[in-house]
Amino acid sequence: MKLIVPYLTKPLVLTGGALAFGWLLVAVLAPLIAPYDPLQTLQPLAKPMAHGAKGEFFLLGTDMLGRDIFSRLVWGARTVVIYATLATLTAYAFGLLFGLIAGYAGGRTDAVLSFLANVVLSFPVLVLYIVIIVVIGASPVNIVIAVTFSSAPAIFRIVRGITIDVASRDFVKAAITQGESTLRILFVDILPNTTGPLAVDFCLRLGYTAITIGTLGFLGLGLPPPTPDWGGMVNEGRAMAIAFPHLVIFPCIAISSLTLGLSLLADGLREVNDAKERQA
Amino acid sequence: MTQPLLQIRNLSVALPKGADRPFAVHDVSLEVNPTEILCIVGESGSGKSVLTAALMGAAPKGLRVASGEVAMGGRDLLTLGERQWRDIRGKDIGMIFQEPMASLNPALTVAQQIEEVFELHSDFSRAERAARARKLVEEMHLPEPDRILRSYPHQLSGGQCQRVVIAMALAMSPKLLIADEPTTALDVTTQAQVLKLIRELRDNHGHGIIFITHDLGVVADIADRIAVMRRGEVVEVGSAKQVLTAPQHDYTRALIAAVPSLVPRDRAAADAGAEPEPALTVSALNHSYGAKQVLHDITLSVAPGRVLSIVGESGSGKSTVARNLIRLTDPTSGTIAVGGHAILDLKGGALRRVRRRIQMIFQDPFGSLNPRRKVGPMIARAAMLSGAGRQEAVERAKELLELVGLQRNAYDRRPAAFSGGQRQRIGIARALAMRPDVLIADESVSALDVSVQAQVLDLLADLQKRLSLAVVFITHDLRVAAQISDEIVVMSKGHVVERGPASEVLTRPQHPYTRDLIEAAPGRGAF
Repeated sequence: MKLIVPYLTKPLVLTGGALAFGWLLVAVLAPLIAPYDPLQTLQPLAKPMAHGAKGEFFLLGTDMLGRDIFSRLVWGARTVVIYATLATLTAYAFGLLFGLIAGYAGGRTDAVLSFLANVVLSFPVLVLYIVIIVVIGASPVNIVIAVTFSSAPAIFRIVRGITIDVASRDFVKAAITQGESTLRILFVDILPNTTGPLAVDFCLRLGYTAITIGTLGFLGLGLPPPTPDWGGMVNEGRAMAIAFPHLVIFPCIAISSLTLGLSLLADGLREVNDAKERQA
Repeated sequence: MTQPLLQIRNLSVALPKGADRPFAVHDVSLEVNPTEILCIVGESGSGKSVLTAALMGAAPKGLRVASGEVAMGGRDLLTLGERQWRDIRGKDIGMIFQEPMASLNPALTVAQQIEEVFELHSDFSRAERAARARKLVEEMHLPEPDRILRSYPHQLSGGQCQRVVIAMALAMSPKLLIADEPTTALDVTTQAQVLKLIRELRDNHGHGIIFITHDLGVVADIADRIAVMRRGEVVEVGSAKQVLTAPQHDYTRALIAAVPSLVPRDRAAADAGAEPEPALTVSALNHSYGAKQVLHDITLSVAPGRVLSIVGESGSGKSTVARNLIRLTDPTSGTIAVGGHAILDLKGGALRRVRRRIQMIFQDPFGSLNPRRKVGPMIARAAMLSGAGRQEAVERAKELLELVGLQRNAYDRRPAAFSGGQRQRIGIARALAMRPDVLIADESVSALDVSVQAQVLDLLADLQKRLSLAVVFITHDLRVAAQISDEIVVMSKGHVVERGPASEVLTRPQHPYTRDLIEAAPGRGAF
């Protein structure tokens, strides 16, 4: 409890947390919140707040195939929350593992791993995504693979840097002189000391990944239709955006509010961490 | 009586809400006269650094001057704005900091940095600035002034850098000089030279000097008057002689009693005759970093129940010896044996098993404990690695915490809850949990306040005797070595230059370097 309290007094953390947690809640409770089936054709191109012929109510209107936009947004939240989190976690698993190894082992191991990471990082991210998806095809698993492949190197670099710093401290030397195994030193002594900066990066990266999934959807490389997907919704509505702006505006607001929430959360966490560090 | 140079009246600096006390500095009144060195002595947390910062018009963020005044030349310095302060700093008040390297700009030569002071505060011509800079460097007794002027800070030694910093502080001949721990980062022999220089400044130029330090030895060498600070308050002020020889306040007395003296303590002599098998033997140890050889044929041995001190200044190679002993790095050649078994060829599991027999207590009490782990389990883990069962390990951890003088409830707390001295005790407990035969203490008390230092030394000496441990005590401070050692080895530039029983080495040093070290020990003869 003591660890959490300082975070709850920060307006940044509270605002960001409310936005991010709000979307999480929507994703979890999607079946209860969404009034209609996101795939069901009801009535094409209804305006927001319009009523349907059979007495339906379209809070945010419907798209050109007559699907309720509000319901699609709610179910889309589930898509983005699941895949963004999954993709970020996988990227972290790889980034952490190799970052710890490179930072702790140093020497040739570090040189080789860092070189590989730099090779990946030297490509523009978007190009990388497109190439990967085009090569292996668009599917939920492949999106996770693409995100992992392109963000793991950045995470690797952060973890490697922190590890080099932590590994130089005396408590790691103490563990070595006690005959502690390398694995335990990495995961019990070093890893817990990297969590502060990583928590901040995780929130930011989760936001980026949400945007990425949106972007891929927009480019038609995301989840195959008719899966409710925010980026895909923007793409589908693009052609008629002038006449029917609601097709595009609401998914855009959804994407930006989620990323904004995560960014604010990251900023707040960083503030609290910095304050803690100053005290220590 | 002359007019005081600087007069502090009832100065208080408030700490932010929620700190452990309301004021960092509380109701301090002091004065400094020309041609006088006022030493402000205090342990960590005494508020001496905050006081200095406030005098320089640079109270740390979050702190604010609550009341009082600082009068200098008819002005109250505390009411001045940042613009007026910029005029005073360097011109009327010179400042010398602890880290000479950090106070110099690494991208400018010494000449450029000194001349910059003139550029800011005077309208001397370029030639005049260069001439004055040269003169200052000469006055600092720096060798080859022309080379020094052309050098960048990284090309100079720590002592040379500090003299350049002093030269910069003196450039505009300020009447008052504030020196915050100016010799703490320096080796003893260098420290002695810098102290001599500061005394010269007082005698030849009539500067008033405020000298802040934690080291009573340094105080004894340099002070005209002494102010003792504790928890933000000045508990005692008086002439140096009066405070050092007839202290009035209990705290001052305790502080003076805790200063380690060069007189070796009586330690029971080893049983004559039956010389026990040494617990640790090191022979012909050589170590090179690339082409640079840092250890030359180091040979030493320690018997169980005995303390061997390795004394040396920075760069002597003493820490490399320690790193070799615990096998963090391997020597280029030589052998190390624990209980008669050579350890340098061991690898993997065999090495891990032997590691428990030779344990280390580290220098930095804040870096040597994992901040994320609770203290008890940390010690218990060490016990388990040495082969104890879980239940037994927990028991042993609790016993050890008590043995090193901590409460049993320390078990479930994290390192952040403890002070530096307490953390060092935890470090000792962790090392002992492995039931080692040999204990390496690498500068293990250097980061501690003197009063705490004395307690930790006592604890170490007591445990070492009770558990019959062989201890290698590595230190730069001959005074500390005098308090704990049976034998002393003096190292210089990677060579052992002198060795022998502590009393012999300290009272009848043979090697000129040992004599220099003893000569330079601050406060020699005062305690």
